[in-house]
Amino acid sequence: MKRQLLSALVASAFALAPVAMAQPKPAAVGKFSDGIVKIGVLTDMSGLYSDLGGQGSFIAAQMAVADFGNQLGNVKIEVVSADHQNNAETGANRMREWFDRQQVDMVTDLLNSAVGIATAKVANEKKRLAINVGAGSTRITNEDCNPHTIHYAYDTYALGYGTGKAIVKTGGDTWFFLTADYAFGHSLEKDTADVVKANGGKVLGQVRHPLNAADFSSFLLQAQSSKAKIIGLANAGGDTINAIKAANEFGITKNQNLAGLLVFITDIHSLGLNTAQGMLLTDGFYWDMDDKTRAFSKRFFEKAKKMPSMVHAGVYSATMNYLKAVKAAGTDDAATVVATLKKSNVDDFFLRNGKLREDGRMIHDMYLMQVKKQADSKYPWDYYTLKATIPAAEAFQPMSASRCPMVKK
Amino acid sequence: MTELFGIPIQAFLSQILLGLVNGSFYAMLSLGLAVIFGLLNIVNFAHGTFYMLGAFGAWMLLAYAGLNYWFALVLAPLLVGAFGVLIEKTMLRWLYKLDHLYGLLLTFGLALILEGLFRQQFGVSGQPYQVPEALKGATNLGFMFLPNYRAWVVIASLVVCLLTWYVIEKTKLGAYLRAGTENPQLTQAFGVNVPRMVTLTYAFGVALAGFAGGLAAPIIQINPLMGSNIIIIVFAVVVIGGMGSILGSILTGLSLGVIEGLTKVLYPEASSTVVFLIMALVLLVRPAGLFGKEK
Amino acid sequence: MPRSHRILYAALLILGLLAPLVAYPIFLMKALCFALFASAFNLLIGFTGLLSFGHAMFLGSAGYICGHAIKVLGWPTEFAILAGVAASALIGYVVGTLAIRRQGIYFAMITLAFSQMLYFIFLQMPFTGGEDGLQGIPRRHLFGFIDLDDDLTMYYVVFAITLAGFWMIYRTIHSPFGQVLKAIRENEARALSLGYDVDRYKLLAFVLSAALSGLAGATKALVFKFETLTDVHWHMSGEVVLMTLLGGMGTILGPTVGALIVVTLQNYLASLEGWVTVITGAIFVLCVLAFRRGVVGEIAARIKG
Repeated sequence: MKRQLLSALVASAFALAPVAMAQPKPAAVGKFSDGIVKIGVLTDMSGLYSDLGGQGSFIAAQMAVADFGNQLGNVKIEVVSADHQNNAETGANRMREWFDRQQVDMVTDLLNSAVGIATAKVANEKKRLAINVGAGSTRITNEDCNPHTIHYAYDTYALGYGTGKAIVKTGGDTWFFLTADYAFGHSLEKDTADVVKANGGKVLGQVRHPLNAADFSSFLLQAQSSKAKIIGLANAGGDTINAIKAANEFGITKNQNLAGLLVFITDIHSLGLNTAQGMLLTDGFYWDMDDKTRAFSKRFFEKAKKMPSMVHAGVYSATMNYLKAVKAAGTDDAATVVATLKKSNVDDFFLRNGKLREDGRMIHDMYLMQVKKQADSKYPWDYYTLKATIPAAEAFQPMSASRCPMVKK
Repeated sequence: MTELFGIPIQAFLSQILLGLVNGSFYAMLSLGLAVIFGLLNIVNFAHGTFYMLGAFGAWMLLAYAGLNYWFALVLAPLLVGAFGVLIEKTMLRWLYKLDHLYGLLLTFGLALILEGLFRQQFGVSGQPYQVPEALKGATNLGFMFLPNYRAWVVIASLVVCLLTWYVIEKTKLGAYLRAGTENPQLTQAFGVNVPRMVTLTYAFGVALAGFAGGLAAPIIQINPLMGSNIIIIVFAVVVIGGMGSILGSILTGLSLGVIEGLTKVLYPEASSTVVFLIMALVLLVRPAGLFGKEK
Repeated sequence: MPRSHRILYAALLILGLLAPLVAYPIFLMKALCFALFASAFNLLIGFTGLLSFGHAMFLGSAGYICGHAIKVLGWPTEFAILAGVAASALIGYVVGTLAIRRQGIYFAMITLAFSQMLYFIFLQMPFTGGEDGLQGIPRRHLFGFIDLDDDLTMYYVVFAITLAGFWMIYRTIHSPFGQVLKAIRENEARALSLGYDVDRYKLLAFVLSAALSGLAGATKALVFKFETLTDVHWHMSGEVVLMTLLGGMGTILGPTVGALIVVTLQNYLASLEGWVTVITGAIFVLCVLAFRRGVVGEIAARIKG
């Protein structure tokens, strides 16, 4: 009996499928779909990247909306947030639901590259906009690029490239890489090694370490015996932090310099200047750069109790420029907004010489920073000295190397 | 320069030494696991979390109470142990009559709660902790500069491990403990307060983890995830050594640290998996573990 | 099957068929995949008494293999799924052979250690895309003519796959083989003394559970069109234990109920700003201390009452 029942049901499941295919979808009609402009902040609220984005990103988006005036003509602007738990499924599901059922028009932050790529595909499928600020993977504007996704703040190429090139130019011409042994680390190492060699530097070797390696001393001794002037850290997060700590402990930083290829101000804050001092890194934003950055950062500090990271500032800027583009275009239709953004030159406290490229990459000036010595740090969060500005046109992967199918060559 | 497998002998020696440092942590953690398992029959999944608590304890004692490293190294394990007493008395106690796996599940849940709470409170980038003044600097051993603090880690953990071994194997207290492990009812009948012994054993086991955490604080970034990163490796170490013998746990921990260290120079790509591969090998050849007797 | 059960199952079937009319198909598909995954896991813990703490390795491996087969090698959908299942079964065979050499709690630690090893391997292998994940997996056509790109069609296919999986589990439990497994759970020594080759039975159950977990994983990869490291991480192994524990170990419907609760919870907790881990942990503790029969076990006990 049960066997028959089951097989009957399995069969009817297949039979039913085509009938049920025509399900109505909420249509976005009119200039402002559903009479509201809604922005979603999808981020990691508690995991590995929550210091970099997290609650701070939500605060930044809210600030931008408030500064814009909470209204667009008669249309209300709203911000919602959610925790993707660093899980691509949770992120993609939440984003679909936002688009389909909660009238969200644009989603931002989106850090964590697996979530970033997965949500970019959702945006494209639903023809809404994803402005990715937090994720670093270059795939977002290469293999996985699409017309509904903008990569706003940085990528691993910009960070590695900027650091590599600037250091070679200032005499750091022999390198040894400490590389996280997975795709991300390898590509970070390769991008940087390429630019080092292109500028006349030499790569003396590399060692691959596993993710979350608690102890870096073995690897650092290998880096030390290479006698390279620069030890490039092609890793991220806790791995970078522990590597820097061990380098300091073993006195390696006395004769060799560390170059962080994916280091954020949150990492420096948690390491302390005693340990991190002297390190070179590239960042897309530093709160204490000029009056404009300070003005935003101090307001942010009031609310978040910490200085903004590149992601926080980027979320503010992305939200603000999105709203401006919506206003200029007179619609929240994603394609039109993107077209409007591509036409305009964007310039604010975060984006300097900003330009949205064909592949969805927002290019802007990046900065080579050196971490200050403890003695030179005058006040809380006084961490960086600006060593060089990398012009927007040079900072990112050139279009000639693009692997994005949208780019016509 | 003499070479071994194409690597200078000096590099070899220094890697062995560094492996020993990591091995010390494995030894202390697997020792604590073994002691707890011996008497309570519980695999303490939260062991890594107590290690994390030890490190955070040291940091908090400095940040909030201004107590330096040496005080912290004594106090942090005591606090962690006291917390262990609380856990044992309020939760674990109710599970002894049940299947062992419930102990594992309960401590897994505890680990998640504590890890989550600390992440909420302190973020994930972690907190810095400086090497104490007296142990700053490094000693030239001829083949490498060994930071004094790393040498201290090896010495301190060896002393603690050997003391534990001595107490359990050679003293009257240890005899009670071993008797309790062997046959709790009979031991109780002889007038030993077994429930209290169980509580104290659990407290001692997790205090060992707390001590390891305090020792680790100055060399790694103190962050809420540090415990779960190490605990799975320690589980593999325990499977390799078998939980039957105290000395076995110590030896296995140390030697796996060294093997892992050597892998980092010979074939770094495998350094994350080498311990698990050895585990597979041991399971094939000696299923009960190198020092184990199946319970 | 008693009449009351038959009515219950029929009602559930109808519910499953109608569900996408009210709820989100992708959400439902996720729930179904996890229901199958947890039920496969339950085959071990609930009916054989083996606690595997590394079941994520089967879910994730199958997802990666299936995704790679369909995306890069261009295999037809049904063969890609089968490839994923086969891969999981094979891994299950190797890990199982080693893990059953130790008993009880060691078994849990060994499976956990092996799944961690696999996690590192998948992280390092180029085809998985590392932390970016294996993205953009096409669903293609099932048997060459059922277009899976429509979510609703996909739902009914996933529903059918899940049913097939359930049916296998149900048959296994009620077969003589299943009876021997239960005997092993109750008293391994006695089963051994009765002349059963206990290790062989355990291994078979382990491989079967691995294969079915793989079926869930391969299907899930197609549902979401990507596969990431989340699925091979030990957190996932913990999650499936939680689902089963919460729903009721050793009950037929328990894991499904548990999976539904956990998946729904995760969806809602997404707006709860970072308390997910703490809440998950708290549910674990609560279940172990006060609620060991789980939802379904508790209800069943009340009814029998």
